[in-house]
Amino acid sequence: MTPRAPLAELSGISKHFGEGETRVDALRDVTLSLYPSEVVGLLGPSGSGKSTLLNIIGCVIEPNQGRMALDGKLVFDGRSSGADLRRLRLDKIGFIFQFHNLLPFLNSRDNVAVVLELAGQSRSAARQRADELLDYLEVSNRALASPSQLSGGEAQRVAIARALANHPRLILADEPTAALDSQRAGIVMDLLRKVATEQSATVLVVSHDEKIFDRFDRMLHVRDGVLG
Amino acid sequence: MNLALRDIRHKLGRFLLTCLGLSLLLGVVLSMIGIYRGLVDDALSLVRAPAADLWVVEAGTRGPFAEASRMPGDTREMVARIPGVAEAGSVTYQTVETHYGGQTLRLQVVGYEPGRMGGPAAIAEGRAIAIRHGEVVADIRAGMALGDRIHLGRDDYLVVGLTRHHVSTGGDPVLFLSLRDAQDLQFLPKPATYRRDQARGAPPPALDTINAVVARLGAGISPEEVSREIGRWKHLGTNTQAQQEAILVQSVVEKARRQIGLFTVILMTVSTVVIALIIYTMTMDKMRDIATLKLIGASDRTIVGLILQQALAMGLIGFGFGWVLVNLVADRFPRRVLLMPEDAVMLAGTVVLVCVLASSLGVRLALRIEPAAALGG
Repeated sequence: MTPRAPLAELSGISKHFGEGETRVDALRDVTLSLYPSEVVGLLGPSGSGKSTLLNIIGCVIEPNQGRMALDGKLVFDGRSSGADLRRLRLDKIGFIFQFHNLLPFLNSRDNVAVVLELAGQSRSAARQRADELLDYLEVSNRALASPSQLSGGEAQRVAIARALANHPRLILADEPTAALDSQRAGIVMDLLRKVATEQSATVLVVSHDEKIFDRFDRMLHVRDGVLG
Repeated sequence: MNLALRDIRHKLGRFLLTCLGLSLLLGVVLSMIGIYRGLVDDALSLVRAPAADLWVVEAGTRGPFAEASRMPGDTREMVARIPGVAEAGSVTYQTVETHYGGQTLRLQVVGYEPGRMGGPAAIAEGRAIAIRHGEVVADIRAGMALGDRIHLGRDDYLVVGLTRHHVSTGGDPVLFLSLRDAQDLQFLPKPATYRRDQARGAPPPALDTINAVVARLGAGISPEEVSREIGRWKHLGTNTQAQQEAILVQSVVEKARRQIGLFTVILMTVSTVVIALIIYTMTMDKMRDIATLKLIGASDRTIVGLILQQALAMGLIGFGFGWVLVNLVADRFPRRVLLMPEDAVMLAGTVVLVCVLASSLGVRLALRIEPAAALGG
């Protein structure tokens, strides 16, 4: 059996905020690998550094030290590699939020299509892909509804559709089930599992929600900035 | 897709209300410009009415509008005989107050010789004065109708014609009288005064006095040449039509122009601050959405475009509302509001600049929003 190549590879990653007396070490010497098709849980108490780690893996902020590669592309190597983080996020990463963060002025279909249009696709192609995704996530009947008209579960499905729009290799989910009841949380986790399996994507889920812990292939624990 | 437009549609009521508020401000700016234009145009309407090439006035004065000018009534014959003068007419100007329709009415009375230069530029209704006594032509702003009678001095006068846009620099409507009637009105003493003057052996009043002579020159005749010729009479001075207009604008309208100009600048500054605050608040409301957009890969250009387009839409819609509003109420202003298309274009351009400037605060805020703000923690 051929060993799988990691999709995301972090080595010796450290991140601090502030300097001198106000310095806070959010992450210290974190090394980890994330592989395609796996659903990984990132756990830890508040202030442990898991959000910082999510931001670094999501190419939102840069670490102070260490090395990181995403889908074979070097993102950081001690100092900024000059990679276009915005483009990396657009092309390779999908984000799912605790409160879905759908744009209130767009309907469900356009909330999905906007990612594709930002990536340069035509409006018609973007809408076609959005319709496919909404259908895939069984929420196509709400394509023209605005976020305020969606239930929590529906909104989260649309948010997942948006995260999948650009065929991302990595999906980062920040407390995706925190606002949902057990049944809906289970449905969302099933969907993420389906995406990971069918699209060979890596799903990294930050969560405090114990009821979904059994859905992860493995769990990473962060405490005081250190990966346990 | 146009995110700015979608966001506007999402909060359309609030956006339109904001535009309406802005339109009131911009409407006031437009009104101020229109009032100034009206002021200048009104002032010039009086001096342009005779369609003269040359104004002959009392020597050493800038009359008859900026300063008093008096000269003998036979000056017109003297001027008419000068080679190059094709036509000449005597004119008098005075301001009177009378009662009409139960109200006090202030009028600019222009006396001219019927059939000669100096009368109204055009008659809108009725006819021009045909006889030497008892008829008037009034500007429509005086509120008179054809066939009405108005009491001036000792006599009643019949309104035989109406004009438009003939008002004084003060905005008073013009009333055209025959020269004789105007001279009586201006120079004839009250009966008691007349009797007293006669009793003390004073000479009879010089009624045949005029304020200016307006002259039209023959084709190709230089006004300077004719002016030199007239200047040989030491009691007379001349102004070309252009000089007369310049005197009027500089002496009479200049302060109003500065006043209105300064007020307009203040209003535009207020508009800029208001737009800036509105755009800033709108951006504050969208901080999470902007962070989400940035996180999912929107470029700074997309974000700046979103804010700038909304600022421009607000400014231009506000301007459009303001333009419509001012056009609807322009006729209700006590003074004429002259709305010129070129002023509207200039103000629209200024509004665009103001919007770009005003949106800079919002743009600055938006560019400082970190994509990480979309994620919790």
